[in-house]
Amino acid sequence: MGVSARITAADVAKVAKLARLDLAPEAIERTTAQLAGMLEHFADIDALDLGAVEPMTQPYPLQNVFREDIVLTGLDREEVLAAAPAAEDGRFRVPPILGLDG
Amino acid sequence: MSEATLTAVEISAGVRSGSLKAADILEQHLDRITAREGEVHAFNLVLADEARAAAAAIDDLVAAGNDPGPLAGVPIALKDNMCTRGVPTTCSSKILDGWKPPYNATVVDRLGAAGAITVGKTNLDEFAMGSSTENSAFGPTRNPLDLTRVPGGSSGGSAAAVAAGFASVSLGSDTGGSIRQPAALCGVVGVKPTYGYVSRYGLVAFASSLDQIGPFTTTVEDSALLLDVIGGHDPMDSTSIPDAHPSLVDAIAQGVEGLRVGRITDLPDGADPDVAERLEAAFDALRAAGATIVDVQVPAFGYGLTAYYLIAPSEASSNLARYDGVRYGLRVDAPDTNAMYGATRAAGFGEEVQRRIMLGTYALSAGYYDAYYGKALKVRRLIADDFDRAYTKADVLLTPTAPTVAFPFGSKTDNPLAMYLCDVYTIPTNLAGHPGMSVPYGTGADGLPVGVQVLAGTLGEPTMFRAAAALERSMSEASAVGRASASEPDDDGVRGRSPRGEGSLS
Repeated sequence: MGVSARITAADVAKVAKLARLDLAPEAIERTTAQLAGMLEHFADIDALDLGAVEPMTQPYPLQNVFREDIVLTGLDREEVLAAAPAAEDGRFRVPPILGLDG
Repeated sequence: MSEATLTAVEISAGVRSGSLKAADILEQHLDRITAREGEVHAFNLVLADEARAAAAAIDDLVAAGNDPGPLAGVPIALKDNMCTRGVPTTCSSKILDGWKPPYNATVVDRLGAAGAITVGKTNLDEFAMGSSTENSAFGPTRNPLDLTRVPGGSSGGSAAAVAAGFASVSLGSDTGGSIRQPAALCGVVGVKPTYGYVSRYGLVAFASSLDQIGPFTTTVEDSALLLDVIGGHDPMDSTSIPDAHPSLVDAIAQGVEGLRVGRITDLPDGADPDVAERLEAAFDALRAAGATIVDVQVPAFGYGLTAYYLIAPSEASSNLARYDGVRYGLRVDAPDTNAMYGATRAAGFGEEVQRRIMLGTYALSAGYYDAYYGKALKVRRLIADDFDRAYTKADVLLTPTAPTVAFPFGSKTDNPLAMYLCDVYTIPTNLAGHPGMSVPYGTGADGLPVGVQVLAGTLGEPTMFRAAAALERSMSEASAVGRASASEPDDDGVRGRSPRGEGSLS
């Protein structure tokens, strides 16, 4: 598939759901137009022959980065929980995981 | 020279020797903040009381015969995406408004141990996504040299803070040009080191394979000093380079005799004529200083923008998944977690951040991964390989930092792609993981500063700094000649204009 495949409002609505962003219909429409414009520009790389090129995932390759296996002080639990929107009994408090949104 | 124009090197030397008081130096900077912060808005938070206590402690150390360290009494501003324990760190986003990190970024600890005084947290484009600081949830920063214009971005607050004399030096982060471009637009020095040179621990992640912390300063030597303090291995960052770095302060003492300076003959067009003219002057100055100018090609340079705007949003969409209203920051209450995530993130993220999350999620989604993200990673390799070939012929490369001088507010906000093009000359360096820095090199249209970008290969910082220092020397020589028949520039605390930004070497 080429990079220039046209993005649709349905694609954008699906992506918004994947990204956990509640976008209003007009935001979906605006985003579709903007992403389409960008993807059109990004089609410039379709001209490149990339068949034999290795993908580059990191600029300074390091392998098997370990530290000494010693006990270090972690973050303070109370301090961490104090920053949470809701906490209870030393844990983060959240609404039900299984609910209305299937 | 008045104390208002002292460099970090001079402040630290004076404070360590007892000839200057850290408290006095700090008050001068706080006075300038009081006078002009209202119109500039460089800061999300000014830490005047904390800074006063820290400065007094430094003076006490000196009085007791102790050495506070290489940044003794140097007032520094930190981009507000660096974690400061117990002090709000917002990333200029509503989603983190009021959040107090439970730990310090490694750079924050190293600065403190070296005697630096943190004066505040600076404004940025939300989550460092932007080139004008107009994307901040707390309002834009204005360019201290012309309040009708942007300071650049995303580290616009850090650049403006140094240009306005609110802090002697500052730190920013650079993912695609976010240190170098605002440095150019505000007339200060800005450095993006080699990927892995400075620890990213405690830097709120935007695009993890591209992000690097670096300094804003008024002189090349101050940037060298800062990097000597904050650089080096950190076990808390698994991408931190394990080897020790040579001192950059030592490196800049060497000249550029025999240095090979590359001109990229296939650089993408787009720089304004005034910017191109300053770049030519920079080549001339290095040639006059004993360097050799050589032609090189980086054919994939022009594809950097596309590769970057597929890779960076992809990484961002993953990194920003953590803002879910559970552990920190904003929560919009909803009956179940999925509804809470969607409502929280829509309310907490600004438009540009949402746009990039969408772009990145799309580029990574099933059916499109190979066509977008996978392909961009291959283009990234082409760019790095092209640079590596160029660096067999040249030790450093010179390009414009940004295509234009500082632009007026609102001129690019309706067209995301036009904004992205501000970083066309800075982005390829991030993709390759190489170092790059912007050096103020005179003025262009409307008397506004122009930056010249010096690039080098992986861990080429010592050579890059030699070239940058030579450029700086050529500017101060030119402005010394210019001043011989003119009066001293007014000290209005705006250092981008005096003396370094006002040379007329053409």
